[in-house]
Amino acid sequence: MSIQFKDETFRGDYTFSNSQWAINRFPFPFHEDSFMYSVNMEQHSGGPEGSVYEKRFDVDEHYLSEMKDRAIVLDEDPLRCQSLPHMNLAGWDLLELIMMSKSEDYPDLFELHRDGTHWRWINRPMGIDDSFVFMDNTTLPYAPMEYITRQAQGDFCVLDQRDDNLWMDAGMVTTQADWSLDFDIGMNFFEWHAPVPRAHEMGIFKRALKFLLAIQQGTPARRLNWTLTVNPLLDTSPENYHKWGIEKASLTPENVGEKQYLRVELQTFFRLPRSNALVFPIRCYLIKFADLVTIPKWGRRLHRVLRDIPDDLATYKGFIANRELLVSYLSQFDDGAETSPGVWPDLHLEK
Amino acid sequence: MTAGKNKILVKVVEISKVNDLVTRFSFERIDGALFPTFSGGAHIVIEMKDGEINRLNPYSLMSDPMDQSRYSISVRRDDNGRGGSLFMHRKVKLDDEMVISYPVNLFAMDLRASKHLMIAGGIGITPFLAQIKQLGTLQGHFELHYSCRSRALGAYAEALTDHYPNNVHVYFDDQKQTIDLVNLLKGQPLGTHVYICGPKGMIDWVRNTAFEMGWPHETVHHEEFLAPPSGEAFTVNLATSQKTIEVGEQQSLLEAIEAAGIDAPYLCRGGACGQCETRVLKCDGDIQHNDHWLDDEQKVGKTHIMPCVSRFAGRNLVLDR
Repeated sequence: MSIQFKDETFRGDYTFSNSQWAINRFPFPFHEDSFMYSVNMEQHSGGPEGSVYEKRFDVDEHYLSEMKDRAIVLDEDPLRCQSLPHMNLAGWDLLELIMMSKSEDYPDLFELHRDGTHWRWINRPMGIDDSFVFMDNTTLPYAPMEYITRQAQGDFCVLDQRDDNLWMDAGMVTTQADWSLDFDIGMNFFEWHAPVPRAHEMGIFKRALKFLLAIQQGTPARRLNWTLTVNPLLDTSPENYHKWGIEKASLTPENVGEKQYLRVELQTFFRLPRSNALVFPIRCYLIKFADLVTIPKWGRRLHRVLRDIPDDLATYKGFIANRELLVSYLSQFDDGAETSPGVWPDLHLEK
Repeated sequence: MTAGKNKILVKVVEISKVNDLVTRFSFERIDGALFPTFSGGAHIVIEMKDGEINRLNPYSLMSDPMDQSRYSISVRRDDNGRGGSLFMHRKVKLDDEMVISYPVNLFAMDLRASKHLMIAGGIGITPFLAQIKQLGTLQGHFELHYSCRSRALGAYAEALTDHYPNNVHVYFDDQKQTIDLVNLLKGQPLGTHVYICGPKGMIDWVRNTAFEMGWPHETVHHEEFLAPPSGEAFTVNLATSQKTIEVGEQQSLLEAIEAAGIDAPYLCRGGACGQCETRVLKCDGDIQHNDHWLDDEQKVGKTHIMPCVSRFAGRNLVLDR
């Protein structure tokens, strides 16, 4: 199908909403009725038709509005996009990966024409038609990573690989779940994950790093992560916590279904060819509780997960203060029925 | 994900004798598509169907990383080896079809370096050939010190000195020429990284000298692929797959596991990358640890084994595979 791009906001009047199409394809993250950390990685080699896993870089109805929101964030705070000097080559690798993937996966929306190093890139939804010389920074309006990630949904961390570790040496980060690129720039894998509870003791990061270091060209991987956000706000950054943190106090039993969102990150990992760096796109999907419970299995399961999650995880994910309110709202949608294994809606199993 | 299993079907389009010991092979894709670009220092794993044996040997890519039309490697003939290089030299013919892996880089350049100081011994020159070409595109600074047995056996020495007369220094053993390592390291500007690829003795010499002189560990890089040593045949029990396998004299444990139809992870097949690390569940006997990966505690405690290069002698070995 061709995508109907919406004109909506992720701030102020918050006009963001999901169509029925977007609700049905939402990447629900819980494969069972409880949650604990695990090295939940799998190959990113396609998925069911129409799902967010199908293409290498998913484009959906929120594309244009997300790109507008990114431009606003960058205008107010240019440090959301940073690249240490040795990461320029990785920026070109990333530009190539996104242009190749999008033009192959969405030929009606994106075109890439290559004649040696002379490239022409057409992005129809955004009205862009640029010709440039590959690997020549002077021929683009921005450095390569910034240029292409102003045209791609989700945050992008570009990780240098050396000394058997990964280093947060470049990134475009404007839709983050309360972490800061400006704070983490130059840190290694263990340093930037230091605030996560339990997972260190469980040996999760050591195993995850070993897996990531071995990711090869042509064999990308993916996993899901999740948190909760009040209002459909993409930019939940520490830099702006004074603006959005107080919104958590605005929840009431009457408005929770409309104002409380489940925030899911589809995280993917690609080896970049020339730089041997690893790019880590973090794509954010938002769904309000009132929409989520229209899939009965998801309503039951989310109730059970949030009811039973350990306090330290609820604190880390930032909803401990509202937990009772959320669980009480969701309990209306949990009839106690058994849920089927896996993440899919399984509407055919409903009576 | 199983590492190392992403394959490309290729055709041999060039076999050129470089000298008495070294032959260059070039490959093109059979499907007519372009090869992936890669980063200098990367290797591919080549599958060799050698009679009953299916060999998988890693070779550094030496071609220009930006050239997506063909990949090239150079293979040094090892008359006392397990047979991989002899297979390449004697059995591979022009137009043969072969299967290779996607490129994997375990010897990447640190792009923060203000200068790349490369030290090569013998066939260890090959990854540097690709890195030098890549640095040309990136306008990076390098200096190569290349030690070989004689002028006749100095693969690519002449071409390198012709192309880069100011950057390349060649030393011939038979003329008693040696690298003046201490002075070489002493004269480097701040921000230099040193890379070593060659025989084990050379790697140890350069690393130890650099560390004694105070070079930071993260600025000294090396690549050493061990060929899996041959040895007495032995038997292994694989607990997860509930199989008992025999490892032949000329076979590695990893190859025997693969021959039994069991999917095992790997990247380097040379004891360096850690991918094939396997837990030992029971060990009544001695493990001959030949890898650079496990720490002493794991080796002495017989808790883990690297099946790509290590062997066993004794009554009973049970692995978690």
